[in-house]
Amino acid sequence: MSVMVPFNPVEPFLRSERMPHIWCSGCGIGTTVNCFARALAESKLPLDKVAIVSGIGCTGRVAGYLNLDSFHTTHGRAIPFATGLKLANPELTVVVYSGDGDLIAIGGNHFIHAARRNVDIKVICINNFIYGMTGGQVAPTTPVGATATTAPYGCFERPFNLPYLAESSGAVYVARWTAYHVRYIAHSMAEALRKKGFSFIEILAPCPTLYQRRNKLGDGLETMRYYKQHSVIRHGANTRDLNLDFQGEITLGKFVDIERPTLQQTMGQRFRQVLRERYAG
Amino acid sequence: MSSPRRSAVLSGAHFMDGNHAACEGAIAAGANFAAGYPITPSTEIVERFASRAPLVGATFLQMEDELASSIAILGAAWGGAKAFTVTSGPGFSLMMEHIGFAAMTETPCVFVNVQRGGPSTGLPTLPAQADMMQARWGSHGDYEIIALCPNSPQECFNLMIDAFNFSEQYRNPVLLMMDESVGHMTEKVVIPPADQIDIIPRRYTSKAPSEYLPFKPASDDVPEMARVGEGYHFHVTGLTHDEHGYPSMEWQTQEALVGRLVGKIRAHADDLTRTEEKQLEDAEIVLVAYGISSRVALWALQKAREEGLRVGLLRPIVVWPFPEKRIRELAQRVKAFVVVELNYGQMVREVERAAAGRARTILVPHAGGAVHPPESIVKVLREVGS
Repeated sequence: MSVMVPFNPVEPFLRSERMPHIWCSGCGIGTTVNCFARALAESKLPLDKVAIVSGIGCTGRVAGYLNLDSFHTTHGRAIPFATGLKLANPELTVVVYSGDGDLIAIGGNHFIHAARRNVDIKVICINNFIYGMTGGQVAPTTPVGATATTAPYGCFERPFNLPYLAESSGAVYVARWTAYHVRYIAHSMAEALRKKGFSFIEILAPCPTLYQRRNKLGDGLETMRYYKQHSVIRHGANTRDLNLDFQGEITLGKFVDIERPTLQQTMGQRFRQVLRERYAG
Repeated sequence: MSSPRRSAVLSGAHFMDGNHAACEGAIAAGANFAAGYPITPSTEIVERFASRAPLVGATFLQMEDELASSIAILGAAWGGAKAFTVTSGPGFSLMMEHIGFAAMTETPCVFVNVQRGGPSTGLPTLPAQADMMQARWGSHGDYEIIALCPNSPQECFNLMIDAFNFSEQYRNPVLLMMDESVGHMTEKVVIPPADQIDIIPRRYTSKAPSEYLPFKPASDDVPEMARVGEGYHFHVTGLTHDEHGYPSMEWQTQEALVGRLVGKIRAHADDLTRTEEKQLEDAEIVLVAYGISSRVALWALQKAREEGLRVGLLRPIVVWPFPEKRIRELAQRVKAFVVVELNYGQMVREVERAAAGRARTILVPHAGGAVHPPESIVKVLREVGS
C-alpha cells in the first residue's frame, strides 16, 4: 500500500529539516510565513537573491525556517543590519521579518530612520500586541485596557498606530492585514517584494498563549472570528485614523503606495551631480 | 595575499594625524563600507571616510546611533564588504552587544575606539586608556578578542591594515584601541605603494552548496564563509548554533561552539603577539606601556638610564591576546615591571598575573585628561631601582 502525499507548494521555501517549529498552536506567525512563501512564488524573484533578516522574539525565528540566506540578528537591530546588507549588496532583495516589540519598541529608532532614508527593504511586522517569547509583557502596541504580565491592571499607555508611524516617517508602501486575510497578505507581500523603497506591512496575529488567554479572548480560532467580523477593508484610508482599540473595529487595506527615490538612488544622484567623473560608484 | 586597488591608496609621504591615518589605513586595507555616529574624539576618521568613499568605490552611512552603526557594518560584511565603525567611550559601551554578535557569528569586522576620559561622558576631548578591559570583556559571554594599540599616526595606518587582515584570517571582530592623543597627533605618515600592501582576502568557500556547512571549521578552527546571494541559503544566528548554523539549546553544542570560538584565538596567541622592546637586554626594571603612554614612558626610560638605572621598555602592540608569554620570560630575570597606563589599573592586572610573583609589578596610574608627567614615572623608577 502506498500513501499519496500531495505536493505542498510552500515546502521548497522552507527548511523542512528544522520542523517542527517553535510556535504555539493557534499562533498567527506560521500563517504569515505560508503567505510569504506564496508571495515569493508569485513574485518570481530568484530565491538565491532574496535574503531575510529577523530580530529577536517569536517572529524573530522566521528567518531560521525559510530556505533563503537568512540572518537572525540582535534584538531590535534587524533593520540596521538589513541596511548594511542591502547597501553592500544592492542586487539582493532584503526582507526584514520581525515582531512589534522588536521593530517598534527596542528597534523603533531604526524603523523611523530607515523609512526616512527610504532604504530599499521590505519590513513585515507581525503585531500580536505583546512580548510572546519572554512571557507576555506589555508592548508599545498593546491596546489600552488589555492586560499583560507587566500591566496586570491593564495597559494605560497609548499604543503606536504603526501605519501612521510608517507613513509619516517616509515609507513608500504601507498596508495592514490580519492573519485571517491570507490572500490579501500574500498579495500585499508580493507587491512589496516588487516595490522599490521602504515598504511596510503590519499583520495582526493572535498570541493565544499569552495575549488572548490572559485577556479571556478565547483561542486562535476565536481570534480569527473576531478578525473576520470586526475588520473593514478601506484601501487608501488616512493612516491617522488607524488607531486600534481593545477588541474594537480594525481597518485594513493598502494605505500608501507612492514613488520616492531610494537611499541608493539619492546617494548615487548626489555623488554623480557633485563629483561627476570622479565618482567611483 | 592580494593587494588593494592602486587608485584608492594615497601612496607617498604625508603629514597627517592619527585619525586621518587610520582612515587611510582602512581604505588601503580594502575597506569599502563604514557606518558611524559622531563622537569626539573619533569623528575625523568617518569625516575623512565620508569624503573619500565615493572616490574609491566605498560606502559611508551616518547612522542614527552606535547600536545601528555597529550592526550595519555586520550586515555589510555579510553582504560581502570589508566594513568598520569608529567610536569613543560612550559609543563603545553601546556597541558591546554587537562585538559579541560579531564574535558569535564569526563576522570579519573592525571597531575603532579613540579612547577619551571616562566614566560616562567624562572628558570628550582628552585622552585616556581606560577602555582596555572593556575591550576584552565588554560583551557578555565567553569570547576572545583581538585588539591593537598604535602609538603614532604611522602606526594608526599600519595597524588598521593589520586589524582588517586579522579579522579576515580569524573571522573575529578586531579592535583598534587608539587614544585621543594618538588620534590628534600629527606626524609624518608614509603610505607605501599599493603593491607593497598585503591584504588577506575573505575566506570564501569553494565547496558547492550541497557540500558546505557554514560553521564547520577548517583545520585552523576557522570556518569558511559563503557568499550571500549565491544559492548557499545559509543561516546566521546569535543563538548557540551547530555546524549547519542552526540553533541548538544543547550544552554539548554550546561546549563545541564556545570552545572553538575561544580556542581559535588562544591557539594562535603566539602568532598574534607583537611587541616593541627597547633596552631589555640588561634591564632590571621593565616599563610596560602602550599607545601614547609608551612614548611618555620612553622619555622616562632615557632619563632613568642617564641616572644609571637599568630600565627597559616593553610595548604591547597587540594588546589582546596579551603577550603573557613574554612577560613570563622576563619575570624570570628582571626585578620589577612598572606599568604606565592612562587608567587606574587595567593592563597591570595582566602583567601581574603573567609575572606570577616572580617580579614585582607596580602601577603608575593616571585618570586621563593628560598624559603622565614624565617625572612621575622617573620617580617610581628611582624608588624601585634603589
